[in-house]
Amino acid sequence: MAENLKEKTGELDISSSGADGYVSLSARRQSSGKLGDAVFKGVAYGFAFSVILLMALLFIVLVKESWLSIKAFGFSFVYSSIWDPVAQEFGALPSIYGTIVSSIIAIVIAVPISLGIAIFLTEMAPKRLKGPIGTAIELLASIPSIIYGMWGLFVFAPFLSEYVEPFLIDYLGFIPLFTGAPLGIGMLPAGFILAIMIIPFISSVTRDIFQMVPSILKESGYGVGATKWEVIRKIVFPYARSGVIGAVILGLGRALGETMAVTFLIGNAQEIKLSLLDPATSISATLANEFTEAVEELYLSSLVELGLILFLITFVVLALAKLLIARFSYKGGKL
Amino acid sequence: MGLHYQRRKLANYIALGVSVASAVFGIFFLFWILKDVFTFGFAALNADFFTQVPAPPGEAGGGMANAILGTLTITVLATAFGVPAGILAGTYLSEYGRKSKTASVVRFVSDILVSAPSIVIGVFVYAIVVKPFGGFSALAGALALAIIMLPVVIRTAEEMLKLVPDSTREAALALGAPHWKVTVSVVYRGALRGIVTGVMLAVARVSGETAPLLFTSFNNSFWNFNLTEPTATLTVTIFNYAMGPYEDWHQMAWGAALLITAMVLLVTIISRIIVRGRAG
Amino acid sequence: MRRLLILVSALMLCMATASFSSAQLINGAGATFPAPLYSKWSYEYAKQTKIKLNYQSIGSGGGIKQVMAGTVDFGASDAPLGAKELKEGGLVQFPMAIGGVVPVVNIKGIAPGQMKLTGEVLADIYLGKITKWNDKRIADLNAGVALPDEKITVVHRSDGSGTTWIFTNYLSKVSPEWQKKAGFGTAVNWPAGVGGKGNEGVATYVKRIKNTIGYVEFAYAVQNKLTQTKLKNKAGSFVDPSMESFMAAAESADWKGTPGFGVILTEQAGKGAWPIAGATFILVKANPSECANAKEVLKFFDWAYKNGGAMAKALDYVPIPKNVFELMEQAWAKEVKCASQPVWGK
Repeated sequence: MAENLKEKTGELDISSSGADGYVSLSARRQSSGKLGDAVFKGVAYGFAFSVILLMALLFIVLVKESWLSIKAFGFSFVYSSIWDPVAQEFGALPSIYGTIVSSIIAIVIAVPISLGIAIFLTEMAPKRLKGPIGTAIELLASIPSIIYGMWGLFVFAPFLSEYVEPFLIDYLGFIPLFTGAPLGIGMLPAGFILAIMIIPFISSVTRDIFQMVPSILKESGYGVGATKWEVIRKIVFPYARSGVIGAVILGLGRALGETMAVTFLIGNAQEIKLSLLDPATSISATLANEFTEAVEELYLSSLVELGLILFLITFVVLALAKLLIARFSYKGGKL
Repeated sequence: MGLHYQRRKLANYIALGVSVASAVFGIFFLFWILKDVFTFGFAALNADFFTQVPAPPGEAGGGMANAILGTLTITVLATAFGVPAGILAGTYLSEYGRKSKTASVVRFVSDILVSAPSIVIGVFVYAIVVKPFGGFSALAGALALAIIMLPVVIRTAEEMLKLVPDSTREAALALGAPHWKVTVSVVYRGALRGIVTGVMLAVARVSGETAPLLFTSFNNSFWNFNLTEPTATLTVTIFNYAMGPYEDWHQMAWGAALLITAMVLLVTIISRIIVRGRAG
Repeated sequence: MRRLLILVSALMLCMATASFSSAQLINGAGATFPAPLYSKWSYEYAKQTKIKLNYQSIGSGGGIKQVMAGTVDFGASDAPLGAKELKEGGLVQFPMAIGGVVPVVNIKGIAPGQMKLTGEVLADIYLGKITKWNDKRIADLNAGVALPDEKITVVHRSDGSGTTWIFTNYLSKVSPEWQKKAGFGTAVNWPAGVGGKGNEGVATYVKRIKNTIGYVEFAYAVQNKLTQTKLKNKAGSFVDPSMESFMAAAESADWKGTPGFGVILTEQAGKGAWPIAGATFILVKANPSECANAKEVLKFFDWAYKNGGAMAKALDYVPIPKNVFELMEQAWAKEVKCASQPVWGK
């Protein structure tokens, strides 16, 4: 079939372009190009489409494996806070709560710091520092999360419980968020380590976006006498807004699904406590802790359903992000 | 006028001061981690670490040679599965699909897969490969990592290919080159730097993954040269050793942490040098 | 890109050829508690026989699940399976070593072995009913010991664990209220406290936070120099956790009369018996699909029974007594069959 096509088009080209050898050669090339195009496009399409299939398969497998739990608990799985492997009763609320709160803490800490780093690197740092620091931060973005988790457990948690948390309890203890014992392990430490983990990621992407702001825009800002901060605030930020939101959302995505860093530090308690210093749990930490031990079908199935819920959460977050980006994206020029 | 100017100047200094302070704060923590990994890690490294397999507790010596090989093997395999597929799918999005319905669905799905918790991917591969084929294997681990890598590669490849201006494509097409040839030798070349950076970040990311390997490639205390048997990796070994009861296990875990960090940094730096050589 | 592909295919080729020449590999997985012992045994065994036994500690539940799924050649569990579960899963079970779970505390001025506790008091602490260290019931047991007027922080395991199974099994035996509220299992719904992952997590919490109580495996407490307590046993005497007191618990158990040898060694009647002792078990398929591997598994454990005792003691595990392992090997010959031929036997 393909051979046929090739011959036909080849002949057609030759007949239309006469006996000139050069032209016929180029025509032949063009015909192989058409076939090549079809094949290349087909293969590319196949791989692109396989992503959709993969996603579908992932959902089907997750739903199938969690069907037992969906049938047993129905919607109460989402709002029940009982997690009792002995009585075979499972509710996901503490895990969902922990996943969301620790990620929010991470974003609240990481976004201002990342913006600070990006501003520092693009607008302020002396030339000699720009390159090395920028590269170093990019490199840090690739350090595996298990190393953040391990460092958090061995180094940072003792530091927190010794120096930081007693201070928080003494001076901010009147706020219910900062009560309890200085364990060095809990919601706040987990959120903090997540923040440190996503800072390099968000700041290196943000820096790249800031660098794409055309210097002619910035120069015209300076030209009318704006200060550096005014240029950043009124020209750089609006121009880069949609890109920065995208970077933050991707950072949030990493924080929501992160397993290793959180598991080491969150404290792994199936409870919902107001205090951020108390141990909590997250969906991924529950999975990492208990997936190996779940022998009973219902237990295992409930754990898989937790994974499914995490999927749905990221789905909603990303859908929201897409809406936001569409609404806020810079309309004044081509990005 | 003067007062107004003073106020603007003050706001400028405060804002810049705050951003410098937060930059210093963030950078301080990042370097603190790095410093600890290097100091604790170096203390654990010796010749045995690179040449021996793990020794049981209480036994002197022992190393992680098998885990080093395992991490390399699984990462290379995952790259071989994931990167070509990802680049081709990205090519479809940027060169053919563009605004088509399929393309936008693929984009959306990839964005979700990027944030899919890696432990869930591990569970998925366990259900579709490990259990039906009756065993943990390096191949299953590589497959899990490839799945994690795929959406990252797709999205970066697309973004980078899109940065190549359409005028370049049109110029090449006008010379009579077929579309696929334009893509391969003009567009790819133009986007090479970006794609390599993206692929390298993806490789670095998966080489440090732990959660998806726990139930796919599993672990092994011995050398393993068979892709269908359980295989040790540095990250899973770190996980086991850091949780373990023995002080020398913790030492080894720091050593492995240093090694994986160094490997990730090395991959990053080497690919930068390659890119610079090609582009220059 | 092309260079990479060549590299990859070369690597794969290398591995494919190497795989034919590599020695036989047996895979096992399960309980964390005996992992140091099994890895020591396999290390020595590999030196003598070239058979590699790859044991990975993923937790008792994982061991049971994986051997049933057939992803490993044997599983290991600290929680014994009952006769019914063994039959349903088509598994054969035998004990490999004995150990104990010990309560550990972190109270200023209290030395290891100084504090005395009873099962009821321990259960009430874990139920959150006794909340202060100078509670009258603790003070009555510890006359002359200065107990602080501080809140007790209870530490338990966050992950599922055979250690938790043994510990909660003990609490259920000594406290009807515990039995009713929490019960026993590899993971339970804890009425109080914070959760640490693994023995490591529990030990880290106990070491770092003041006025805590936790429970860890004996070998772990010894390795980390934690402050263990005395416990009152069924015979009414206060005993220290030690190899001897675990042995005493093992000796008073009825090995022969328990189906699947799944004896539970908590709250044993022996005079010097430590009340929270437990055996750790190996699980193999009764009808394995890979006969050669199944035989190698049994050969390895036979070797370990006969030659592994000293190594076990050096790592703070109590080896299985000779009369008990002879029973096991008779059971192998009867129960483990491949194509209806016994796998074990001369």
